[in-house]
Amino acid sequence: MKRHQNYEIIWHGRGGQGAVTAAKVFTEAAYYAGFKGVSAKPTYFSERRGAPVSVHTRISLEPIRTFSNVLFPDIAVVLDENLLEMVNVTSNLKAGGLLVINSSKSAHDLHINGPFTIAVSNAYHCSETAGLIVEGNVLVSTSILGPLVAATNFVGIDNVRKAIQHKFRGKPLDRNLKALELAFENTEIVDLQMMSFIAQA
Amino acid sequence: MGEIQIITANTAAALAAKLCRVQVVSAYPITPQTPVTEELAEMVESGALKAEYLTVESEHSALASVVAASQVGARVFTATSANGLLYMHEMLHWAAGSRAPIVMACVNRGVGAPWTILNDQQDTVSQRDTGWIQLYCRNSQEVLDSVIQAYRIAEQVQIPIMVCYDGFILSHTSTPVDVPSQEEVDRFLPPLEDRSGIDGQTAMNINPLILSDPRPNANGVVMPGYMEFRYRLQQDILGSLDTIKAADKEFLDIFGRNWDGSTWTYRMEDAEHAMVSMGSLASECTLAADSLREEGLKVGVVGVRVYRPFPASEIVESLSGMKTVTFFEKDVSYGYQGALAMDARAAMYDCSSRPAISSYVVGLGGRDVRPDQLAKATLECTKGATKFCWLDVRS
Amino acid sequence: MSDNLSPIRTISTPAEGEAGKTGDWRSQTPKIDHGKCSQKDSCLLCWLYCPDGVISSSFPLEIDLTYCKGCGVCAEECPRKAIEMVDDK
Repeated sequence: MKRHQNYEIIWHGRGGQGAVTAAKVFTEAAYYAGFKGVSAKPTYFSERRGAPVSVHTRISLEPIRTFSNVLFPDIAVVLDENLLEMVNVTSNLKAGGLLVINSSKSAHDLHINGPFTIAVSNAYHCSETAGLIVEGNVLVSTSILGPLVAATNFVGIDNVRKAIQHKFRGKPLDRNLKALELAFENTEIVDLQMMSFIAQA
Repeated sequence: MGEIQIITANTAAALAAKLCRVQVVSAYPITPQTPVTEELAEMVESGALKAEYLTVESEHSALASVVAASQVGARVFTATSANGLLYMHEMLHWAAGSRAPIVMACVNRGVGAPWTILNDQQDTVSQRDTGWIQLYCRNSQEVLDSVIQAYRIAEQVQIPIMVCYDGFILSHTSTPVDVPSQEEVDRFLPPLEDRSGIDGQTAMNINPLILSDPRPNANGVVMPGYMEFRYRLQQDILGSLDTIKAADKEFLDIFGRNWDGSTWTYRMEDAEHAMVSMGSLASECTLAADSLREEGLKVGVVGVRVYRPFPASEIVESLSGMKTVTFFEKDVSYGYQGALAMDARAAMYDCSSRPAISSYVVGLGGRDVRPDQLAKATLECTKGATKFCWLDVRS
Repeated sequence: MSDNLSPIRTISTPAEGEAGKTGDWRSQTPKIDHGKCSQKDSCLLCWLYCPDGVISSSFPLEIDLTYCKGCGVCAEECPRKAIEMVDDK
């Protein structure tokens, strides 16, 4: 992705999975990266474990003055692969944007097409391997940031590490950092725009 | 020196109460206010905040408890939203009438029926006549700062204050907030001076029945009648505008930022058209004004920070000479218009040259309001057609 | 006055699907032991209490798992303990 003045991100997850935490950690990391205006707004309807939730994030060099919903995101982050069937996460994604997905499948096998880049990592597996399990739930809130920072250049993994260190202590800190590293290293990035260009040629 | 934290407005309000060294907290949880009560309860439990946390069975009891604690000289805090605030209604009048310097965080939410947990400002706007001072915040930094300012103002004028901020839009949205040090807050806010007159030895009757006319009491001292007490409340809340402005000025000296007293303006220097609003909606308006300026229209924004006491002369001064003025608000006085527009319209009868006025009701029950919608609505009004309507009602 | 009352009064009917295909919210699934519940002695309290209206009122009882959120109210209310909540994996 090219570096911009402003980024708008929508996070799609399920209640209890860590979408709100993921967005908060990432906005804090963006603040460390020099973006003075950051905001993370969760949208609540049915506040229940398992129900679809979304978070609207803005990252800007200037202070944030709007709190309205993000309509046309630069980046869409999907924490739960089976949400792809329920929510059309790519319909409003900007051309040249980025789609980040937690999935055990490869980008090719997800059968997603559009004028954007796709970054896939098995964040669930990475969190499980790192032991990031609370009350039987595997939390992907920090591992999902792996593919996000792997496919972008405006925040950087060091700032995400710093935000995680600010939020967690002791063993949870180690597990969150490990989950992030694993997901970062095991990210597959495919520029679908380029692919379709090659296919047409 | 303060420290930047990425926090929600709810956390900002709870931190502010802690920094103000509140002694008694009583609140009943209600969405979207709940995190405020949870965080304060945790602070009391951990010992980080040396205060009494009274758990109660309702909002009515929550406010009754803090009224009582305030009247015996404690610095108190409470918070609520929507139907919880309405359940306090009787005690709101009581708190103001008994001149208790309470600070309450009001996390704005639409009122049922039908049920909604999402934002509008109907809850607090409909409590405007209870004798409380009302501050409306545009972002989380203003929430934190306004709670701190509110104690200083309330304790000087002995009138309770609602610090109002939009539910979810601000209450649950994480943004960078400069959290001041305890030392800075202590410099700004002196310990509460006990004006209760209660010494614990002498039997006292607080808020006894008052007759209509002044009369001598058992000691032969002439006591005011009901009207005289209420007249003093009115005089003092009107006079509190100066106290609010002074507190904001002194805040600037210590913290290096302030919130423009009672009303604030954005790009009004050469404006011909004005947008007027309260809370985070006014912040959205600044983006709408920017985009209209790009189209060559001279638009500015007047934000109303203090709704009661109503800053009539500031509003008249800001809006005199405008070609058009458009109000946007998240409330309505059913059977007439938006409350802010009504109040401002009445004040503007005194304008030397009266602008064409339009007003919109927007964003009720969490309906998303975007700057482009506000810009479009304003553009229509700048063409001269004065109107009152609702934005984005769908068939 | 509107000529149609329904958009004026706020009424909703418990029914499946008011919040989409809510079955995928589930982390526990209700399992009915038909040996403990039969038409002859059924109370239908599960049907009455189900907030999503996904339990049949005919026999043998059936639960529509496309919409069941797995809240467990049915299991809690059943006086014969004929419904058990089983963890999904």
